[in-house]
Amino acid sequence: MMQVLILFIQILVLFAIVMLHVAYATYFERKIIGHMQVRMGPMRVGYHGLLQPIADGIKSFFKEDIIPEQADKAAFRAAPIICLVAMMTSLAVLPFAKGWVLADINIGLLFIFAMSSLASYGVILAGWASNSKFTFLGGMRSMAQVISYEIAMGLSLVGVMMLSGTLNLTEIVEAQGTSFTGMYIFPQILAFFVFCIAMLAETNRVPFDLPEAETELVSGYCTEYSGMRYAIFFMAEYIGMMVMAAIGTICFLGGWNGPFVIPFFPPFWLILKIYVFMFFFIWIRATLPRYRYDQLMELGWKLLIPLALANIVLTGIIKAFTS
Amino acid sequence: MESMEIAGRLQAQFPDQVLDICSFHGQVGVLIQRQQVVDMLRWLRDTPGMQMNHLMDLCGVDNAKKDEPTLQRFEVVYNLYSVPERHSLRIRAQIPEEDPCIDSISSLWAGADWHERECFDLMGISFNGHENMKRILLPEDWQGHPLRKEYPLKGREEWSGMEELLHKVETLQQFGFNDAQNQDNEKT
Amino acid sequence: MTRPVTKTLEIPVADGERNPYSLKMGPQHPATHGVLRVDLELDGETILKCTPHVGYLHRGFDKIAENRTYAQTLILTDRLDYIGAMANNVGYCVAVEQLLGFSVPERAKYIRTMVCEMSRICSHLLWLATHALDIGAMTVFLYCFREREILLDLFEELCGARLTFSYPRIGGVRQDVTRKFIDELQRVIHLFPGRIEEYETLIDTNRIWLKRTVGIGKLSGDKALALGLTGPCLRGSGVDYDIRKHRPYDAYDQMDFEVPLGSDGDIYARYRCRMEELRQSLRILQQCVDMLPPGPVLDKDAPDLVMPLHKNTKGGEADSTSYGTGIIKFMEEQGIYPAGDIYVSTEAPKGELGFYFISDGSARAYRMHIRSPSFIHISALPTIAQGELIADLIANIGSLDVVIGECDR
Repeated sequence: MMQVLILFIQILVLFAIVMLHVAYATYFERKIIGHMQVRMGPMRVGYHGLLQPIADGIKSFFKEDIIPEQADKAAFRAAPIICLVAMMTSLAVLPFAKGWVLADINIGLLFIFAMSSLASYGVILAGWASNSKFTFLGGMRSMAQVISYEIAMGLSLVGVMMLSGTLNLTEIVEAQGTSFTGMYIFPQILAFFVFCIAMLAETNRVPFDLPEAETELVSGYCTEYSGMRYAIFFMAEYIGMMVMAAIGTICFLGGWNGPFVIPFFPPFWLILKIYVFMFFFIWIRATLPRYRYDQLMELGWKLLIPLALANIVLTGIIKAFTS
Repeated sequence: MESMEIAGRLQAQFPDQVLDICSFHGQVGVLIQRQQVVDMLRWLRDTPGMQMNHLMDLCGVDNAKKDEPTLQRFEVVYNLYSVPERHSLRIRAQIPEEDPCIDSISSLWAGADWHERECFDLMGISFNGHENMKRILLPEDWQGHPLRKEYPLKGREEWSGMEELLHKVETLQQFGFNDAQNQDNEKT
Repeated sequence: MTRPVTKTLEIPVADGERNPYSLKMGPQHPATHGVLRVDLELDGETILKCTPHVGYLHRGFDKIAENRTYAQTLILTDRLDYIGAMANNVGYCVAVEQLLGFSVPERAKYIRTMVCEMSRICSHLLWLATHALDIGAMTVFLYCFREREILLDLFEELCGARLTFSYPRIGGVRQDVTRKFIDELQRVIHLFPGRIEEYETLIDTNRIWLKRTVGIGKLSGDKALALGLTGPCLRGSGVDYDIRKHRPYDAYDQMDFEVPLGSDGDIYARYRCRMEELRQSLRILQQCVDMLPPGPVLDKDAPDLVMPLHKNTKGGEADSTSYGTGIIKFMEEQGIYPAGDIYVSTEAPKGELGFYFISDGSARAYRMHIRSPSFIHISALPTIAQGELIADLIANIGSLDVVIGECDR
């Protein structure tokens, strides 16, 4: 009984911290992208706009919740929840430091894949349930994109699994050791490259933001959403970014290990690395134009998947000769 | 080539079609019958030395208030230009009031399509052989052609679509849509 | 591809026949640059048929112009292409001057050339901004607006307005340029080449940008000419037609500049043309500043500017026409001005902006017709977009550079 209660409290604390991070990740993004685009970003609410995310949250919470008359109401309501729940669930298996993990299951990596695919199910459902043409096209694009890039991403991490010999995320980090040179980014540089691109596509970020390309499909799958439901999609997207950044950190950049140990707060290095990844996301967004739908497919199937496969073969050969 | 010379050659080529040649500020206009307008423009476009390959402008004119009795009620004016030869010419096809129509030249210049639709919409001259002779700027159910001289500057009633919209607003107001004034009244 | 099957939409027949998916883009849509509506029939994302609908902004300028004096119509031209309004003003004034036989002092000609090129830069910057945004490059948008702001400030210094200028007058320009304006313009001329390079480093060699623009929306020169395209869209297809060279107006015959030509006629070629035009415009600006002759800026025979009577002054009731900041007095009697018709076109930023006037000798135009480039460019959209993808349609609308205010008039 006591264990369940403790677990419950742990979940709540994680939830609260992640939500706060999501809120400030939006602030982070707006500030950085603002300065990259010769403007200031939010400045009005609080000191240098520090309270802006909170104001935004309150605003969207109290906004009118509009459900289109012709929408499939049950699916329309369920879609954002599915997205958010799927993304939040994958947080459970992320090790923030040694022992700082809610569920230390031995198929952690697979679990995260499963959950991020489930999130795209929410996106497709949203596109379909809104009963609007733009959202439908957005949903369709999302489906095609997720199916193609899921494969590339999965294959890119196979090399990591082969090197570490496990799917448990904690053990993957430990397999890399504490030294700088142990990080899998060096032996798996090809996989890291594929992973980074697939990660952008998986989270619907520029230059692969086709499902919500605002100049083409207005706002893609979430065109008909408003208020809190829209905000939930938004949160899911940012949690997705964080989860992907965490996976990248854990699998390639040595997880929570850093040049020295921070006392009392071991996840420091992990969080720092996650934010480096987030900065990378934002930087890309400020720089690149958007791919076209068929070009995106071409890139996924003709470049990334063969590369990832080649990486597996290479890793296998090297492993066979060295062991 | 001088515009006057082109006009002369055009007259020589189509003697019974050209009614008059007039010049104003160095720009030459040729008044023609409407029957062979497509042939004439094709001749101007394709003849070596002419090559009037750019249709700059096409518009309709209502001559109702001009005091020149020789002119018909309507005119369609084609402003042509030759990009390689750098000369221009204006063709003014006369159209009688009873039967305001002329052959379409959209087979010669694809860009004439919308010009002709605009002319039909605002002046009421229809173009034979045009595939999509519909109104373009005004609503489909508009009455009359505004650029005709007898068309009033201000109508007596609203356009039916506007009436419909106003009616819709009224019915929606019963359900409290977008009725800020009512809300203010309730508060006070 | 199947359609969403719900209780309200008709269920497509399942005999293997492919029904097109119809999509109405606009009039409220982020990428249609105003109130353009495009009806699409899609197979997946491939466009089977594309039908643009215009007219949502139709204000009937042709009819209004028939009932106002020539000077009163001038302010309407601001509302045509509101992104480069000065070029419209100049185009209108040039046409009316030729029609009614007014002459323009040399200094005014140079100033007009100057403001025309400034508005060309303004327009091209906004085009680049929105075109890049359409393709997804967000940062270029804000960079372009940064530079456009400098130019708008300059316009404000010149005539007090930032968008709707009405600065040129029939027979000259309203007032002379100030020293400060010239100094600022010099600064702009030196500042901008670096900035243009900055945009190019952002997008010109970007692989995604090239993939999105090269070979998309192709038009051959003959086809572009038959469709009536003008301006950079036509020159991108390799047709050397620039009214500034073909039929020079104002001081363009004194200027030394080149007309950039493309060859492929795709979106990228049109983009390159416009970027080169930015550089050429700066060249023209520099020459204008260097060669600006002294003298008056308004011809002495030009119609007088009359300040309005105020209602409360002892002049009594203001007559109905004299309101605003001042009107230009035209002789109202018949037969003072020559009667005849004239077509005069100028090279506006978007393409050939032509005015066809018929004068019956009175102070009002008997008929005015505006040949607006945007109108013709939109009519070419179905030909260009057929068989391409939705994303390309957006890129095509952007590269044609249409402004609905000018299209609908």
